[in-house]
Amino acid sequence: MAEPLLDVRNLSVEFHTLAGIVPAVRNISYRLDRGETLAILGESGSGKSVSSSAIMNLVDMPPGRIASGEILLDGKDLLKMTPAERLEVNGRKIAMIFQDPLSHLNPVYTVGWQIREAMTAHGTPRGEAEAETLRLLGRVGIPEPERAMGKYPHEFSGGQRQRVMIAMALALRPDLLIADEPTTALDVTVQAEVLALLKELQRETGMAILIITHDLGVVAEIADRVVVMEKGVLVESGTVREIYHAPKHAYTRKLIAAAPGKGDMHPPLARREPLLTVRDVRKRYGAFEALKGVSFDLAAGETLAIVGESGSGKSTLARVLLRLDEPDSGVAEWKGRDLFTLSPAELFRLRRDLQMVFQDPTQSLNPRMTVYQLISEAWVIHPDILPKSKWRARVAELLAQVGLSAEHMSRYPHQFSGGQRQRIAIARALALEPKLIVCDEAVSALDVSVQAQVIALLDGLRRDLGISFIFIAHDLPVVRDFADQVMVMRRGEVVELGDVRQVFDAPREAYTQALLAASLDPDPEVQAAHRARRLEPA
Amino acid sequence: MLRFIRQRSLSSLISLIGLLVLVFFLSRLTGDPAALFLPVEASAELKQQFRELHGLNDPIMVQFGRYVGNVLTGDLGESLRKARPALDVVLEAFTWTLWLAVITMTLVAVAAIVVGALAAFRSGGFFDRFASTVSLVGASVPDFWVAIVAIVVFSVHLAWLPTSGTGSLAHWILPVAVLFVRPFGIIVQVVRGSMIGALSSAYVKTARAKGVKAGPIIFVHALRNAMLPVITVMGDQAASLLNGAVIVETIFGFPGVGKLMIDSILQRDFNVVLAAILVTALAIFLMNLLIDLAYALLDPRIRH
Amino acid sequence: MSLSSTENAILPEPHPAARFLRMLWADKFALVSALFLIMVLILAIIGPHWLDDVAVKQNLRGRNLAPFDWSRDWFYWLGADALGRPLLARIIVAAQNTLMVAAGAVLLSSIAGTFLGLVAGFSSPRLGQVIMRLADVIMSFPSLLIAVIVLYLLGSSVLNLILVLAITRIPVYLRTARAEVLEIRERMFVQAARVMGASSRRILFRHILPVVLPTLVTLATLDFAYVMLAESALSFLGIGIQPPEITWGLMISQGRQYLTNAWWLSFWPGLAIILTTLSLNLLSNWLRIALDPVQRWRLEMKGGRHG
Repeated sequence: MAEPLLDVRNLSVEFHTLAGIVPAVRNISYRLDRGETLAILGESGSGKSVSSSAIMNLVDMPPGRIASGEILLDGKDLLKMTPAERLEVNGRKIAMIFQDPLSHLNPVYTVGWQIREAMTAHGTPRGEAEAETLRLLGRVGIPEPERAMGKYPHEFSGGQRQRVMIAMALALRPDLLIADEPTTALDVTVQAEVLALLKELQRETGMAILIITHDLGVVAEIADRVVVMEKGVLVESGTVREIYHAPKHAYTRKLIAAAPGKGDMHPPLARREPLLTVRDVRKRYGAFEALKGVSFDLAAGETLAIVGESGSGKSTLARVLLRLDEPDSGVAEWKGRDLFTLSPAELFRLRRDLQMVFQDPTQSLNPRMTVYQLISEAWVIHPDILPKSKWRARVAELLAQVGLSAEHMSRYPHQFSGGQRQRIAIARALALEPKLIVCDEAVSALDVSVQAQVIALLDGLRRDLGISFIFIAHDLPVVRDFADQVMVMRRGEVVELGDVRQVFDAPREAYTQALLAASLDPDPEVQAAHRARRLEPA
Repeated sequence: MLRFIRQRSLSSLISLIGLLVLVFFLSRLTGDPAALFLPVEASAELKQQFRELHGLNDPIMVQFGRYVGNVLTGDLGESLRKARPALDVVLEAFTWTLWLAVITMTLVAVAAIVVGALAAFRSGGFFDRFASTVSLVGASVPDFWVAIVAIVVFSVHLAWLPTSGTGSLAHWILPVAVLFVRPFGIIVQVVRGSMIGALSSAYVKTARAKGVKAGPIIFVHALRNAMLPVITVMGDQAASLLNGAVIVETIFGFPGVGKLMIDSILQRDFNVVLAAILVTALAIFLMNLLIDLAYALLDPRIRH
Repeated sequence: MSLSSTENAILPEPHPAARFLRMLWADKFALVSALFLIMVLILAIIGPHWLDDVAVKQNLRGRNLAPFDWSRDWFYWLGADALGRPLLARIIVAAQNTLMVAAGAVLLSSIAGTFLGLVAGFSSPRLGQVIMRLADVIMSFPSLLIAVIVLYLLGSSVLNLILVLAITRIPVYLRTARAEVLEIRERMFVQAARVMGASSRRILFRHILPVVLPTLVTLATLDFAYVMLAESALSFLGIGIQPPEITWGLMISQGRQYLTNAWWLSFWPGLAIILTTLSLNLLSNWLRIALDPVQRWRLEMKGGRHG
């Protein structure tokens, strides 16, 4: 067997922390051949990014320490190289792209300068580097590459920035490209384009790709082989098909089961009296039209999913409905009253009916308040709901309802995991006994397995308490098992609105079809079929 | 870019007008000018004459209008003690202060940036601990105390440097050295903190992944980003120097604007005081504009 | 199942007071500073009652007595001034005025500045602009000069000194508080409170202020040092505290004319100022980390390792 390009052997990395020495990865081994794509799959805290940081010499030491192992690149141990030798590896032999290209590009230099530097740092003459930069920018699909060279990172869109990062990484035609969650922050359609670009470039240059991801869909789309990590341990490895169809480890099975978009869809509901009737809502920020006339109906106990990419206006709609922002025009009729014309006193009473759960529970819970204070604040603000003597019992009841226990009452948010925090946020919303809860990307920041649990919780609340939900998401599969109606938005307009089965099984609009085609399926066969369909000339 | 500058100038101008109003009413409403300008034993008749002469019997708003009109035409009145236009007296002194501030701040900027950046690069190391201690002590000492200790050591005991006055280059050494201490201590700390932040940022990680060497990472990638908060603090420090390094100028007998203001207050030469305050405020206004420009030059995000 | 077990794991939370003491123990510089400041504070409180007689007693034979004469009473160990008054006793007595002026100015300016900053950050943009321009006016005004003018016109007293110093320091808190409010009011937990129907007052005092407060406490500690230096400068110029009241700055000023033959007259009070401001600076650096939930682990880690 030929020597692998990269051979990680028994690597252990540990960090010195408050609780003593914490192993980040323990004894992991994997190998990667030339031209191959290996995915490292894991959730947050799995240590999936640690080995790549060790490969790139990006582990901060201290507090980090490489406790054991070797990282062989072409048979030479990176960990035993002199600093000067090591400098020559980065950029020339191995390059890396990251999750959040905006913060990973230097804000005060032009992208042309930054790409050029990748070459001049390794001795390429300036003129040559300049010409190559222009070629690279064109190659990764940046429009008007000549002008783009003189622009700064903040002047590009998210997808374009990731393309710039790719151009920079590939400047010296490295043998190995490490991609750490390269598409997580991008819209689904952009994600598909970026992954396709990576595959194309791999074919052209013959480089190997090591992709780090939490998303089974990304694995199915791009990888040949996959290693699964859990809590710093490599639990399973194999080809993508093997792992998907015959997972051996319980954790892998659980991950695959949690992937959204596999369960039964809700049957269409009989038409009922609408609880909320929204007509022709418009909102503009300066010259930017965020909402260009949005209308929909929502009945009691019904879930409306609003799906759209960034800039679609879905979050603006949520803010306007909750009167966090004022609309320019339109009507939102709630129990016969227009939400948008309520007086402050009326609005205050209405707050009890309309609640919201935000995307990131870390930010939506005041870090200096205990769980008890967070939940009972609702009754401080609306004292007529509940007499103070009953607060404690009710908080305990609400905590039980969202799957936490009463003993958590005196804790602070930072002591909980992400999923638990979102449960607290849900309990807080429930404290006001609302009729409608707006969930703005409420599960996007959570791990896949936790996402499934939180969605199940919300669906249970809808069933048991008859609460209506407006569930905002950027990704279609997430809402498939949960929504009654789906509304697809783009650039402030409603593209398609229909029952969930109609939208998923027979989408009418081209954009909805494109969204469905772009969202990644964890099944490699399904994904291959998707890809084939995409590549067909339309 | 131009709009940005215009906007900044406008809001600073409002502040400047506010200052003008404040200065005028502060000097008029805190007491009868005649009583303040003239000796205590001056007769009532003399006081009345004084008021007539300076238009102090007019309604206060009329006086204010006259004052504003004079300021706008560059007429800041006569110095009562020196029998020269107050503006001339002030500008003469201000030139000295300006030089003192420019020399000191240049030295401070260069030294603090280099020391702070290097301390941040190996934070926790020997140089960092040394630099942190020195800067902390520097930021904690009263300048007048440093000044008199320096005089005792360098002028009295060692007799290397003159105690006061101007003339030769040697006269500048002690004032500049004393003024250097506190801004240096403060700015080193800001540079260090800001650099530690910049060095742990994501774009520095990218640069390391590209194989960029340590030197360019510190001084090209991190420093320019780290300079933004540093510039603000440097502006504040420079402003306090321009305001007249009152104490240091007094101790070293340096004929700057700070000493002039103190002397004029003690001599009740209010035209000079008002002129001095306006001139320094204008200078600080211009300096803030320069700082905004520097900001925009360093950070392309502000330009848009 | 492995996933749900991590879901339910909850970190323990130590008692706040014990936690702070442990973090203080972890930073020995901050610990020494805190102890020193407590000592200064105690001396400032009891000093005048205890040593006032000693501190004003003239002793013409002991004029400009040199320090380190261990055969004399302990309060002569740092020497005596031009009237033969013991320097150590005078420094202890002067601590009260020095600290009182600084504490009064910091308290006044921080409360007024924070309040204005909260209003500027949370109310209408127009009112915010007016307040900010006012701050600019104060900032572009030579602060030492404003003090000189006002004290000269109004006469010098402890109260006037506190007032003047407080006014010149208001913008520091105002700007910081406003900047923080502008940032925090956009945070999700504030939006969440608005969705619940919380009033502006509740949001400001229950949600925003507790988050801003640690920054302001850190700033006030640092500013205490600054105000002390400013007060001593004014007293040094002869327009701050007037004799027979004394402060450390005034003592330096009084010793200035004997620089060549009795350096200790100015040196010791200067050292007292330096040690106090240095301690405040160190303590403020420690506070900045100790009050920041994100950075706190640095201290806790160190504390754990040393015991």
